[in-house]
Amino acid sequence: MTLYIFLTLAIISVIAALMMVFSKSPVHSVLFLILTFFAIAGQYILLNAQFLAVVHIIVYAGAIMVLFLFVLMLLNLNRDTEPQKSGLWKLSAAIASGLLLVTMVGALHGTIAISTPEQQNPSVGLVQNLGLVLFRDFVVPFEIAGILFLAAMVGAVMVGKRDLKV
Amino acid sequence: MLEVIRTIPIEYYVYNSAVLFTIGVFGVLTRRNAIIVLMCIELMLNAVNLLLAAFSTYLSDAQGQIMVFFIMVVAAAEAAVGLGILVMIYRSTKSTDISLLDKLRN
Amino acid sequence: MNQLLPLIPFLPFLGFVINGLFGKNLSKTAVGLIGSGTLLASFLLTIACFNQVGASGPIQGVLYEFMSVGSLHIDFGFLVDQLSVWMMLIVTGVGFLIHVYSIGYMHDDAGFWKFFAYLNLFIFSMLLLVMGNNFVMLFFGWEGVGLCSYLLIGFWYTNKEYGAAARKAFIMNRIGDLALLLGIFLIFKTYGSLDYAQVFARLADSDPTTVTTICILLFIGAMGKSAQIPLYTWLPDAMAGPTPVSALIHAATMVTAGVYLVARCNGLYSLSPDAMHLVAVIGTATAIFAALIGLRQNDIKKVLAYSTVSQLGLMFLALGMGAYTTAIFHVTTHAFFKALLFLSAGSVIHGMSGEQDIRNMGGLRKSMPVTFWVFLIGTLAISGFPLLSGFFSKDEIFAYAYGHGGPVWWALGLVTTLLTTVYMFRLLFITFFGEFRGTEEQRHHLHESPRVMTIPLMILAALAVVGGFLNTPHFLHLGHAQWLAEWFGGTGAAGLPVIPLAEMHLEESTEWSLMLITTGLVLALIVAMYTVYTKRSNLPVADASQSGLTSVLAHKFYVDELYNFLFVRPTERLSKVFHYYVDIQGIDGLVNGVGRGVQALGTEFRKLQNGNIEYYLIGMVAGAVLLLLTMFA
Repeated sequence: MTLYIFLTLAIISVIAALMMVFSKSPVHSVLFLILTFFAIAGQYILLNAQFLAVVHIIVYAGAIMVLFLFVLMLLNLNRDTEPQKSGLWKLSAAIASGLLLVTMVGALHGTIAISTPEQQNPSVGLVQNLGLVLFRDFVVPFEIAGILFLAAMVGAVMVGKRDLKV
Repeated sequence: MLEVIRTIPIEYYVYNSAVLFTIGVFGVLTRRNAIIVLMCIELMLNAVNLLLAAFSTYLSDAQGQIMVFFIMVVAAAEAAVGLGILVMIYRSTKSTDISLLDKLRN
Repeated sequence: MNQLLPLIPFLPFLGFVINGLFGKNLSKTAVGLIGSGTLLASFLLTIACFNQVGASGPIQGVLYEFMSVGSLHIDFGFLVDQLSVWMMLIVTGVGFLIHVYSIGYMHDDAGFWKFFAYLNLFIFSMLLLVMGNNFVMLFFGWEGVGLCSYLLIGFWYTNKEYGAAARKAFIMNRIGDLALLLGIFLIFKTYGSLDYAQVFARLADSDPTTVTTICILLFIGAMGKSAQIPLYTWLPDAMAGPTPVSALIHAATMVTAGVYLVARCNGLYSLSPDAMHLVAVIGTATAIFAALIGLRQNDIKKVLAYSTVSQLGLMFLALGMGAYTTAIFHVTTHAFFKALLFLSAGSVIHGMSGEQDIRNMGGLRKSMPVTFWVFLIGTLAISGFPLLSGFFSKDEIFAYAYGHGGPVWWALGLVTTLLTTVYMFRLLFITFFGEFRGTEEQRHHLHESPRVMTIPLMILAALAVVGGFLNTPHFLHLGHAQWLAEWFGGTGAAGLPVIPLAEMHLEESTEWSLMLITTGLVLALIVAMYTVYTKRSNLPVADASQSGLTSVLAHKFYVDELYNFLFVRPTERLSKVFHYYVDIQGIDGLVNGVGRGVQALGTEFRKLQNGNIEYYLIGMVAGAVLLLLTMFA
């Protein structure tokens, strides 16, 4: 049963990703990407990482992709304005990425030897446990991430401002 | 022991991630619309996130998931700044075509 | 005193640093004061040294270890013995007078500060040369004075000819320096040390051939610096420098460095009769040769330059006869009267607004009385007028030539001194007697030099008069006979006399007759010259219209032309070959080829950097693939 769920989610995510790349209209691309994200969120739940799944939906589907959509609409991009690359270029890109896939799979195949602990902790992905780890072991990176966010926010505002006066 | 660990080998997650990542790379290479390129980058980041979460569960270690949070932070920041730059570029070139962005050359 | 010893050379060095770095912004008075003041301090310290050396023997001091390689230990050390301190007195004393003179002479020159900086650097180098306690220090100073000589000859470097003269001096000196360096190497190989005291203490059992080789190599070094045949041609050209430079470097001090070197190594030379013979032959040949050329020169400084070469030849004749003290004695008197002659010539040139050709002078004794009188004293002194300084020193040289060499050497020396009398009085009469032959403008501008120039002249004139009494011969019973010889006979650093007393082996009556013959001939010549040259019709004519022997003399025996033909032009031709085939085609071709290759490669690679993001992206992916392959394959 779990295997089937996994396979379904995996296939959905891959197909949606491909559709995202191949669809002519940017808006469709965004929607397919959101679908991919939902499939990945399903994987998270399957992996017993419920909190991660929730955050993932909120951040990606709820915030980042909405931002993308906003920008698309702001710039009024649609199928007609979508620039296209030549066939030869697409072929070479396909070969390059195909090579990358083959190499990655070839490199990883058979080399993954992890020893799964006997004593499983089912609460690893729960918010309580994550909070403990985050604020105990990763307090400093957490604060730095906060500063990064602040900097990104200021940067985005500055970049987006019209008639920037320095 | 969790159901998922018993029935699904870790390799499956690795392959799934690799495929998603490669699709992201392919998208970056083929698409000329800068917004789609940014989206493909998000996809690549998510492929990595998936892998981290899988290993976190299989090793019963929360650190992998913490890493995922940090990557999300970076991805969100990157998307914000990237889109901001993109809007600026659009203002000056009236296009989001990355092939036009060869001003650095000279 | 030992602690103060390094101050003697380093005070002028300080003057050089101050004037060289800040002189541009200092007033001329300040520059002159610093330049002369540091030297005066050195001079006073040297006098203190002199007293101490006289009272308690040589002073030694080591500043620091200069280098130490294997068995070679060289100290930056000083040895002030009777010989060194004597040279130091000449260098600082005469040098100080010339510095003061220069304040007046160079007053209107834009490079005033530079001039004083160079002059102080020269004094520093010269003092190191004479004060060093080993051959490396000597070489250090030797090269230093060569550099200063180069800088000062080419002081007015905007004139191309002057620059060429400076280069000529430098290159000629280099030939000698190479031999000197080889000699120093051989000394180290033979005696295992370069320290004077150690080398001279180990002379006893040395191989005669080696000693002769060392002596000849050192002498070739001396030839270059002291302008002996065949390396003398640079000195007349060196007159391109300002006149005080000619007086200080190219008459009084630097050119006598060769004499100092040989006198310093008298222990070595005394072991090698062959080398001494060579020294005597070269010295005599130079003395006569240069005196002959001096007969027909029309540039006031050129005459004095050839006279200097000739007098240096006499000094080497004395050295070759084993009369080292006499040579240094002549160095001393020569420093007085030749510095005097050069400086008064400078005064004439100053008064004539830069004119150097004696054919355009004449009758200057009325308008420049002080200069005339001091020039007359200098001329009488160099000619050997009785009881003036040159009289004693030259007479001693001839006495030794007669006693040690024989009548032929004496006769050759006599010829030289007669020639000296001829060209010097010719110069004197043409310049100061008769009618003024310059332009109206020059006549209008004609003036006696300022006090700052004439006072040093008067002091030097006084020295030129009394200098000879330092070393009077025994048979005259004048004052303290042979005082200088006794001074140099004192015990030096090696426990031996600095310069052993030389025996004359002559009857008193012979000495009397030699002196009387010389003096009689000189006096007769002076009278003859007076009658010939005060006549209007006997003025010198242009070089071109001269014929026969005089033409050859006016052209300096065509030695420059010969050297040009033998050395300069073949070298130039060889340089052209190397320049074209080796440099332009070979090395430049290689370098340019590499450059062009890289450029061509760059042009190709540049196509990769087309500024298009997609290409970079695909390159990045390819790189990632390769990375993974290398890591996991």
